[in-house]
Amino acid sequence: MSITQQALPVGRRLTTVAIRRPARRGSLYGSEHAWAVAFALPYVVIFFAFVLYPVVYGLWMGSDPALYRQLFDDPRYLTAVINTLLYVGIGVNVKMALAFLLSGFFMRKGWWVKAVLVIFILPWATPALPAYMSIHWFLNGQWGMLNNVLYLLTGIDGPVYLNSHWMGLGANIGAYIWKNLPFWTLILLSGRMAIPQELYEAAAVDGASGLRRLTHVTLPLMANLYIVCVLLDTVFALGDFNATYFVSGGGPAMSTEVLATLGIRYAYTVSLPRLGVAEVMTALPVLIPLIFILMRKLRMSEQQL
Amino acid sequence: MTGRPAFSRVASADRTARNRYRRGRRLASGIAGAALGVVLLIWTLLPVYNMVLIALDDEGDEFTGSLLPQDPSFGSFRAVWTQDHWYLEHFWHQFGNSIFVGIATMVLTVVIGSLASFAIGRMQLRRGQLIGDAALLTYMLPTAILIIPFVHVMHVYGLSDSLWAVIAAYVAFATPYAVLILHQYGKLLPMEFDECARIDGASPIQIYLRIYLPLMTPALVAVGVYALLLAWNDYLYQFMLLSSTRNMTVAAAIDQFFDSDEAPWNYMMAVALVYCLPPIAIYFSLRRFTAFDRVHS
Repeated sequence: MSITQQALPVGRRLTTVAIRRPARRGSLYGSEHAWAVAFALPYVVIFFAFVLYPVVYGLWMGSDPALYRQLFDDPRYLTAVINTLLYVGIGVNVKMALAFLLSGFFMRKGWWVKAVLVIFILPWATPALPAYMSIHWFLNGQWGMLNNVLYLLTGIDGPVYLNSHWMGLGANIGAYIWKNLPFWTLILLSGRMAIPQELYEAAAVDGASGLRRLTHVTLPLMANLYIVCVLLDTVFALGDFNATYFVSGGGPAMSTEVLATLGIRYAYTVSLPRLGVAEVMTALPVLIPLIFILMRKLRMSEQQL
Repeated sequence: MTGRPAFSRVASADRTARNRYRRGRRLASGIAGAALGVVLLIWTLLPVYNMVLIALDDEGDEFTGSLLPQDPSFGSFRAVWTQDHWYLEHFWHQFGNSIFVGIATMVLTVVIGSLASFAIGRMQLRRGQLIGDAALLTYMLPTAILIIPFVHVMHVYGLSDSLWAVIAAYVAFATPYAVLILHQYGKLLPMEFDECARIDGASPIQIYLRIYLPLMTPALVAVGVYALLLAWNDYLYQFMLLSSTRNMTVAAAIDQFFDSDEAPWNYMMAVALVYCLPPIAIYFSLRRFTAFDRVHS
């Protein structure tokens, strides 16, 4: 998990962005300019010392081509790449589709819908660590709650979920969806609420059915927000560490590791920090274009989002 | 001449049929909605309920496997309170460390972020948009990818096993968001305020303290809460950067439980629940500063 993802959906969170060149109102006087520089300085220092320097240091650590040869020879690396693709592809898209549908559900009126929403937020307010640990035990084969329920209802003993590659990976993805679904539902919900009601009324007057209002009003207006959310969450999911580390623990036999967890395992369990950095850096060819597109989209669109 | 009454009878029959159809549809959609609501509640609450259930179980090593707490016991919470297990020896000290990291991150993020956004938004610093770009770029950087070089850099700075290394990381990752949000929010304040004050002879620092900060309070609260929760919710940086028991935070210490096979699960879940409470409390008490409130009203 990227820790930035724990953001409160403050105000217009995704509206952020775009610090445009302000309209000049005459240049600053000398002393004023010095003040402005002094005010911005702490942030610039933090950026250079704790973001840029580690990034450059990381690029330097992973700059030896021999590392990549070693990496590509490791079958665990290939498994991790495939797992990451599945994790990100399924985790992000299923979650966003659900978030979109649920945002429609939460548009309903009625006190009980609001009450459900209050509780629905809970996973997002819960810290990742205890939540994922609970899910880990929930799925425990011997005494986990899931198998208990299964036994009570059907009388069969459930499988040991986390001993299987596919079910382990599925559990990680499910846990990631569980944790982050509320946040993206809220974002899409506020996007839906920003659509002027008059548009729907006009469409209804013109005889548009519910389905057509969805496809001709909601979808076109939400498309940009939806795409930005998907891209942003793809970046976050690529760097997600917690779900895999705490739910399946990367097991059985390291078969459910993703790039973020395998890199740290290389660096600290096997004590090959450079290999770990190189491993993580193989995500860059995907990450950089994503960030590039996002930068463009977020800088240019100062509108709703 | 029977056409007309017959026609109107047909029309009224048609209307009742349509009404019945509509009522039926509304009922069906109400039932579907209620069913979805129930499914959502179960999905949301299961892991939380699981935590409570394990924490209330008296014998951590011998889970009874029932769905309701059979003779629930608060023994595990008492053990956490009195630090009555060798895993829990330093619990409240570590809890204090977590709070210290959270508060320091919050204060530094708010101060540094507001100064920077004041400089680029209100004082229109030349090339201010570069700072905005840097912030946006940092915001999108997956932090897990940066952890290995970050740990090395902290060694270089002499900050190994120091809470300040963790705080530095969180401030570095939270200020970009602060700069972006504060800049956005600051645009809503008319520039005339600053200009009037300047004509009256106020220095930039006075404008910052007397005009900018008071008017920005809601955004500052939101950004502060964001920073606090980011520090509280992260695990990786605390786990990687802190090594001695004295300097560990709760998040880093929980990992000791996780690694051990004979760890008492009920104690661990009690710790987890205690650790969950502050962010949930903060979140629900400060709802009105978040999008949640806009959704709600």
